[in-house]
Order: sequence, then C-alpha cells, then structure tokens
Amino acid sequence: MNKVVNGADEAIRDIPDGATLMLGGFGLCGIPENCIAALVRKGVRQLTCISNNAGVDDFGIGLLLKQKQVKKMIASYVGENAEFERQLLSGELEVELIPQGTLATRCLAAGYGMPAVFTPAGVGTEVAEGKETRQFNGKAYLLEMAFEADFAIVKAWKADTEGNLVFRETARNFNPLMAMAGKITIAEVEELVPAGELNPDHVHTPGIYVHRVFRGTSFEKRIEQRTVRKKA
Amino acid sequence: MSLTKEQIAQRIARELREGYYVNLGIGIPTLVANYIPVGMNVVLQSENGLLGMGPFPFEGEEDPDLINAGKQTITTVPGSVFFDSAMSFGMIRAGKVNLTVLGAMEVSERGDIANWKIPGKMVKGMGGAMDLVASARNIIVAMMHTNPRGESKLLPSCTLPLTGVGCVKKIVSDLAVLDITPAGFKLLERAPGVSVEEIQSKTAGKLLVEGEIPEIVFYD
Repeated sequence: MNKVVNGADEAIRDIPDGATLMLGGFGLCGIPENCIAALVRKGVRQLTCISNNAGVDDFGIGLLLKQKQVKKMIASYVGENAEFERQLLSGELEVELIPQGTLATRCLAAGYGMPAVFTPAGVGTEVAEGKETRQFNGKAYLLEMAFEADFAIVKAWKADTEGNLVFRETARNFNPLMAMAGKITIAEVEELVPAGELNPDHVHTPGIYVHRVFRGTSFEKRIEQRTVRKKA
Repeated sequence: MSLTKEQIAQRIARELREGYYVNLGIGIPTLVANYIPVGMNVVLQSENGLLGMGPFPFEGEEDPDLINAGKQTITTVPGSVFFDSAMSFGMIRAGKVNLTVLGAMEVSERGDIANWKIPGKMVKGMGGAMDLVASARNIIVAMMHTNPRGESKLLPSCTLPLTGVGCVKKIVSDLAVLDITPAGFKLLERAPGVSVEEIQSKTAGKLLVEGEIPEIVFYD
C-alpha cells in the first residue's frame, strides 16, 4: 500500500467536476495551498467546498472562486473576500453559513462513524430552520448531520510514509478533523519522513484516515493580519 | 463623557477573576487582554485552537502557523497548548470557559444577541459566535450604546437575525454597565458625566433604575 504520490497534480488527479471537497485551514493558516493551486490548474468545476473560510481574493479558496470553479460554499465566516461577497449577492454562488463549532463537530462525527450530533449552537436562530430540535435536561439542541465529502484535502507539518500526520501550532485547526472525514483524504506536508521516524506518541492523525500524502513544493504561508509589537 | 473603546475594555477587565479561562472576541473584546490585573492568572482561549494566548510577536518574529481567531499573528505563553477546532468548541460547549466577551450589533432586554448578519447588506457569517453564546455561562457584551445614526442598540427585541437567545448576562457600553435581568436592562453604573436621563433616552428596551447609580471608577 503505497500512499506517497509525486505531487499535488497526481494527488488530485481523479477529483471530478461536481465533487464535494473538504479543505482544511483557518483563514490562510494551515491551508492546503499546493492542492488548491493544482485544482486551479486542473480547472475542475461545480465544486462544493466545505471549509471554515473562503480565503482572500487572491489566495486560498479565493483562487478557485475567481475561476468560478465553486458552485457551493459551506463555511462559518467569509468576511475577508470581496469576490466571494460579489458572487453571493449576484446569486452565482450558493452559500451555507454554519456555526464554527457545528462545522468542526460535523467533521468529527463523520470521522467517528456517527451519523449526527446534537449541539445547542443556533437554537432560536435561522440556523435552526428545518432542523429537528430536542430537549435534554431542559435545554434545546439541534440535530446536525455528519458531513459526507468525496475528498478531504488537508495540510500537515510532517507525515511519514504510512500517512501518519503531525500538525504545527494553530495550523492544526480543522485539518485533523477533515482528514478523518473524507472518503479519500489527501495530505500535503512540509516534511515527509520514512515510517519509524515519527514518535508514535506524537502523531495527531493516524494514517488509517489518510490515503495520499506528498511533500508540497511551495508553501507561501501568507499571513492575513500581520500584528507585531516594537521591542522596548 | 462616554467611554473610549479602551475604557470599555478596562471596565470589562474588572470582571476577570483569578484562574479564569476567557474567550475574547474580535474588536473591543480583544483589548481586554491589555488590562488583565498584574499578578492575576487568566488563560486566554482562542477558538482556532489555542489556550494560553500571548501578546503580538516582536517585529520579525511573526509565525504564519500561529494566529488568533481574528487571524492576527500572536505568541504563546509558558503552559500554552494547541488543539483542533472540535476540541476547542468541545471545551466551550462543555462549559469549561469561564467568561466570554464579544461584540454585538443589537442586544434585547431578554438577553438575545444579534451580531452576524445584516440582510441584503452584509453577510460575513457567524464564525464561532453562535457556539459561544449557546454554551457559555457568563457572557459580557462590549458595544456602543447607539449606532452611528444615534439609534439605540439596546432594544425590546432584536431586529437583525439572531446569534443566540437569552444568553447575554452583562453589557458594558460606552455609556453604562448593565445587567440583563428577567425584568429588563438593569442600570448598574454610568460613564463619568453621563446622566441617567441620557442613558434612559438612548435605551429603547426596558431600563430598570434603582436608587443612586454610581459613576464607573477608573483606578489608573
């Protein structure tokens, strides 16, 4: 079972038009930027993208939006992308906004083999419309379904050839959750090592969830809000 | 004189207690971190996956893998820990976070909050706000008392799409400190030089005024 592929283009080779994709990352932090570039090159269209954010105009998922490759976006916060807002208001793009914890938990449920979860987020709001509500101990909860995604595309810091993944700092975010949730999971990493070189105690995502892995050739790691303090 | 954004943050910081785990939202709430009393151990939770958020990095030491929920570059502190987004909202949902501070466009006298959408105008999304307000036991809202047109943002009922229902416990605005009670907004303190009458005139929801209302005192 060889999980190592040569690069992003090979990793995403069989993603068809109309596929449902999960893309890891929070803002531009920990996004699979090599695979996104390959999806733009491939020109695959009518995608449904599940991701916390929609990138910015010229980076991340914003690149797919600009080429009109996205049919539907499922996200929690999309405030940093003018092209996104334009396509949404003009009706070109279908958008489902869901609470961030619900997004995370619907990934978790998929990876844990559970069809649905109950969460209080969104009770009494428009998020609750059309959803089953149930009371537990006097408090209302919404039934939220596990996601079904054809492909999960994540970015990790390190991997071994077995597909075991290690994430770094807040670039972890949704990546391990989506890695568990895809029918086929693709991981792009900064460092790929032979099996045996990762400490098994330090692995965040067991390789059983990961089908394809490669070392990315280009990580720009763009910073969205550069905030600093002066040295005294 | 109405409070500045910094003074709103400074007043909210007085609600912090030793050992609190605190989630600070984007905007004025973020400024609360600048006023944590010296010597008090408060751990800041950033819902993108960090407990123990430190200050902004020194110039040249920014790390693209290390950001807060506002996507700003930050640092860790001794004892910090990273985790994924499901665990982050797991600890929020399970009530482990002691205090949540967030901004609002509108708050109702029943403690409903609206802060994620203006139909037809602005759709940015709720981010983590709906999860936070649905589960946090102690929610303080930092906000301006009126909108730029001078209209009250403290209402009998919210007019914008709701973020959460009956969840806000306290408001610190540029004019006043108020508790949300079953009977409405209860005025606790007023900004220095701001009269009860002015607060009354700028509060569209039901305002309870009992006895003398002290001015907010700033110690430094």
